[in-house]
Amino acid sequence: MAEHAGPGTRSAVVDTPPQREVDVVVVGAGPAGSAAALEVARAGHSVVLLERGPFPGSKNVYGGVVYGRVLDELVPRWWEQMPVQRWVTRRSTMIMTPTQALTVDFRTQAWGGPPYNGATAHRCDLDGWLAGLATEAGATLVPSTVATGLLRDASGAVVGVRTDRPDGDLTAKVVIACDGVNSFLAKEAGMFVGKPTGHVTLGVKETLRLPRNVIDERFGVTGQHGVDIEILGCTRGIPGGGFLYTNLDSVSVGVVVDPHGLAAKKVRPEELVAELKRHPAIEPLVRGGELLEYSAHLIPEGGYDTMPELVTDGFLVAGDAAAMCLAAGIWLEGVNFAIGAGMYAGRAAADALAAKDTSKSGLASYQRMVDESFVLGDHRKLRRVPGLVLGQRMQQEYPAVLCDLAQGLFQVDNPRPKPGLLKLIRRVLKWHGVKTRDVLSDALTGVRSFG
Amino acid sequence: MSPGQSYGLQAFDDRMSTVDFDVAERPHITVDNDVCRSCQTTDCVYACPAKLFVPTSDGGILFNYEQCFECGTCYQVCSGENALSWTYPDGGHGVAFRKG
Repeated sequence: MAEHAGPGTRSAVVDTPPQREVDVVVVGAGPAGSAAALEVARAGHSVVLLERGPFPGSKNVYGGVVYGRVLDELVPRWWEQMPVQRWVTRRSTMIMTPTQALTVDFRTQAWGGPPYNGATAHRCDLDGWLAGLATEAGATLVPSTVATGLLRDASGAVVGVRTDRPDGDLTAKVVIACDGVNSFLAKEAGMFVGKPTGHVTLGVKETLRLPRNVIDERFGVTGQHGVDIEILGCTRGIPGGGFLYTNLDSVSVGVVVDPHGLAAKKVRPEELVAELKRHPAIEPLVRGGELLEYSAHLIPEGGYDTMPELVTDGFLVAGDAAAMCLAAGIWLEGVNFAIGAGMYAGRAAADALAAKDTSKSGLASYQRMVDESFVLGDHRKLRRVPGLVLGQRMQQEYPAVLCDLAQGLFQVDNPRPKPGLLKLIRRVLKWHGVKTRDVLSDALTGVRSFG
Repeated sequence: MSPGQSYGLQAFDDRMSTVDFDVAERPHITVDNDVCRSCQTTDCVYACPAKLFVPTSDGGILFNYEQCFECGTCYQVCSGENALSWTYPDGGHGVAFRKG
């Protein structure tokens, strides 16, 4: 067994321990892990929450918005205590070419008051708060500790984890792997066997300091209201997109790209961010911002078809480790899925402990709970959308088609009369070499998925 | 090195200086240059967000683990057989994001 966590880890086979040191070990104090530990602790079982970073959130980066509705099940009136930067009351989707931008901009005051919808937050604040809920409920948080592999008995059942602490083996009746996008523990347990691999995108982000009143003026918001903009067409045709969102006195801007696409275009990710920041639609929003932090993370964007098995003997997988990020164009979500999956994993572990059966069948209620909820419901319904959104036409052709359509509609070409819409569509499609048949096929996929 | 290149390097150092690291003594990722010298792709050079993979004149890769984001991009894009020995840093070490 390797003494460090990584793709090469192998399980240590141990004699079935007669007594386990704890009921549950949760690996990773992100949103999934803390939600899992919280539910196990609330059910009265002993639980250790391992975190490899010095504090929860220290290894985490995201694209900006936490959708809090799932927290209603965990924390009554969570909005009164969650560490929020701004409540998102403006959601924009921007489609751009180097010189054009077409934006659908939605604003509602309803999201600026209880029970709220989405919020921006820094992950060390958010993850620290969630981990705090778990420890208040009785979980033991152990930071600065890496789970370097699984302990398994002769039958293959998971009976604990090995850590990088001295005498670091920790036996448990259930291990819940919330160890993030690289999910070495789930891979080690064989949960990805037969699943397509490599469906990850790379997110890079700059957080830029700007005075609060400047952000309010530039983004047209007041109080603690904020804005989240998702952007398509800003990655030189490399599958991906961009984002810009407001914190209280900073903004975060970045891109998400297929890491395999960068070398072919001879461009580095931070250069794409720099291009986005220079774009005429973005530059006035971020101008003068002082770089507070540059960050990067992988995102499991492959969707439902790339998810691992979630349950085996003594072992559950939740959050990014189970590829539960939703990258479906108009919807980009992950933290909410992690919280939901962690919560159900924690409940399933508690139920299995109460029934004294932590085998795969004893833990199967986790699969049922995620199947019947938004956690897998949304992913199953939208399983074809990642392919559509990250596909060649959506990435390389549609942004320019849509921008040119808008320009054709709004440009006044007197003395020529206005073109008919259908004629304009045909002209723009032909100009960009896009076949009507492909557009209709993509539209059908979209309608079937989103409908 | 042209002035433009040196400016670019300086700017990237400034970018990385915004990130907190607790550097461990153990290099958690190492690169086998015998494999890299036979590799024609430059995926790691372009994709590593911390720009840790620097091509050398003999076709190898100069790699320094100290300012690594631990994201996993390099092991995702590397096509070289065992070119990378990849692990997470030991507990508490490595990157600590504050604005993630």
